[in-house]
Amino acid sequence: MAHLIDDETIEYVSILAKLDLSEAQKEQAKKDMGRMLDYMDKLNELDTTGIEPASHIFQSGNVFREDIVTGGDGSNEALANAPRTKENMYQVPKTIG
Amino acid sequence: MDILQASALELGEKIQQKEITAVEAMEAVFSQIEQVDETIHSYLYLDKDQAMEQAKEAQAQIEKGELTGPLAGVPIAIKDNICTKDIPTTCASKILQGFRPTFDATAMEQVKKAGMLLVGKTNMDEFAMGSTTETSAFGVTRNPRGTDHVPGGSSGGSAAAVAAKECFLALGSDTGGSIRQPAGYCGVVGMKPTYGTVSRYGLIAYGSSLDQIGPITRNVKDAAALLTAISSKDWKDSTSADIPSREFSALLEKDIRGMRVGLPRDYFTEGLDSQVKEGILKAAKALEARGAIVEEFDLSLVEYAIPAYYTIAAAEASSNLERFDGVKYGYRAADYEGLHQMYKKTRSEGFGEEVKRRIMLGSFVLSSGYYDAYYLKALRVKALIVKAFQKAFETYDCILGPVAPTVAPKLGESLQDPLKMYLGDIYTIAVNLAGLPGICLPCSDADNGLPIGAQLIGKAFEDQKLLQIAYALEQELQYTPSSHEVAENE
Repeated sequence: MAHLIDDETIEYVSILAKLDLSEAQKEQAKKDMGRMLDYMDKLNELDTTGIEPASHIFQSGNVFREDIVTGGDGSNEALANAPRTKENMYQVPKTIG
Repeated sequence: MDILQASALELGEKIQQKEITAVEAMEAVFSQIEQVDETIHSYLYLDKDQAMEQAKEAQAQIEKGELTGPLAGVPIAIKDNICTKDIPTTCASKILQGFRPTFDATAMEQVKKAGMLLVGKTNMDEFAMGSTTETSAFGVTRNPRGTDHVPGGSSGGSAAAVAAKECFLALGSDTGGSIRQPAGYCGVVGMKPTYGTVSRYGLIAYGSSLDQIGPITRNVKDAAALLTAISSKDWKDSTSADIPSREFSALLEKDIRGMRVGLPRDYFTEGLDSQVKEGILKAAKALEARGAIVEEFDLSLVEYAIPAYYTIAAAEASSNLERFDGVKYGYRAADYEGLHQMYKKTRSEGFGEEVKRRIMLGSFVLSSGYYDAYYLKALRVKALIVKAFQKAFETYDCILGPVAPTVAPKLGESLQDPLKMYLGDIYTIAVNLAGLPGICLPCSDADNGLPIGAQLIGKAFEDQKLLQIAYALEQELQYTPSSHEVAENE
């Protein structure tokens, strides 16, 4: 089955992915994604009824430890990597109207 | 004597015996870098003054008898997706340009604890997404064995640096073959340990259930020594495994008489280059000469590993790469209106094409309406693949096969057709899906002089045995890749 990705789907995916695509990029993305999904359909050749999805292979259950501070604060060092800061905080555009 | 000819362990021994100093070793590495790295471009970041300073300090500690490990004073290269405190770490992406981590990855801490000395950070495919190192935002790396060819990827810079003697050993990371395949293309040894053997804390995540840090070295012995140094139980990585022994060199010298090696019939089908096939059969003969029993078998499901892998890896990538938003580190777009446009413009300008392609695909397969049909389906197929390997290891001590269908392709040939590039990962990705250890070592030359890599795959947590078999194979083959001087290929 050939996948035809429509404009609406690409629009939706670019919202989820937080990416801004030009018209040309959208066309390319439609083609690339359609082709990959066609290829992924190969998985449907296998009957997986009753097979549990395997996320992590060796892990079963959570790993717990005591909540003890070990690394110190380091907020100044972390903030030094930010593109913009103000008064010891990350600066972002206004978020509430 | 030429310092650069020594293996990492030989150098470490000479340093302990005071025949060579760590300072001389670092000087030798930088003089090689000055000669070849303009052509090869293994490194994204180098700071000679800092490296020499580090070497002097280490040498003083060695002379006082405070630093005595087998790799103390040995210069190492680190892939640029492994966090190094105060040293730029970019994942070869514009979006992380200028980022200086405030901490060392646990594997990097272990490297320092063992007394190894950082040479620099190596080039890679952007966020480890690619098989040629051509998706790097900062230029391509050339294969030292033939400079018109790619070094493989995504740890292409680390593999090239080891092959070009621009370091003595290196760390890479492997999500779908990113250590083993470039090692094969560059004619060096590369190992992906069992998932959970090396902490992923501070490794910038691509596919968290698949990623694993591992060694890239000139020989198997060095790989075992480096893995011994970096492996640890780490509370900062909840998938870090409890392992009874982390002495990965323990079994190297033991013979492999009577061990059973499986050769999957389904690896030797259409699409495998005939010279590569011959190389692998030669490796099989070498294992037989050492007393191993080699036989063909059907692994099954081989052709389903690629679609399952790309579904899972893209899904995990789309989630992991959400953190790059222009707020906390790295690049932020210059002009924007409001928060959402800032996110979108920053990410669109900061990520390269291959990264965007995988984020889009991953967002799609995780979206409501498609989650079951694609993502959960892939996880179910993964369960079947895990079972197929378990069944194989009921009979065999390890599996032998190629690492890639061909030797290193030419630069510029792979990126036009992403799907075709993904198909080249057929022999490596199932190993990540099943969390198994895999090692690649060079086994012979192709007609064009490029090395052919053989891959051995082991049972989960039998990394020691895998290294034992790899060592026996290396000793029997006695193969050294043609040492093409960089100048010859220009």
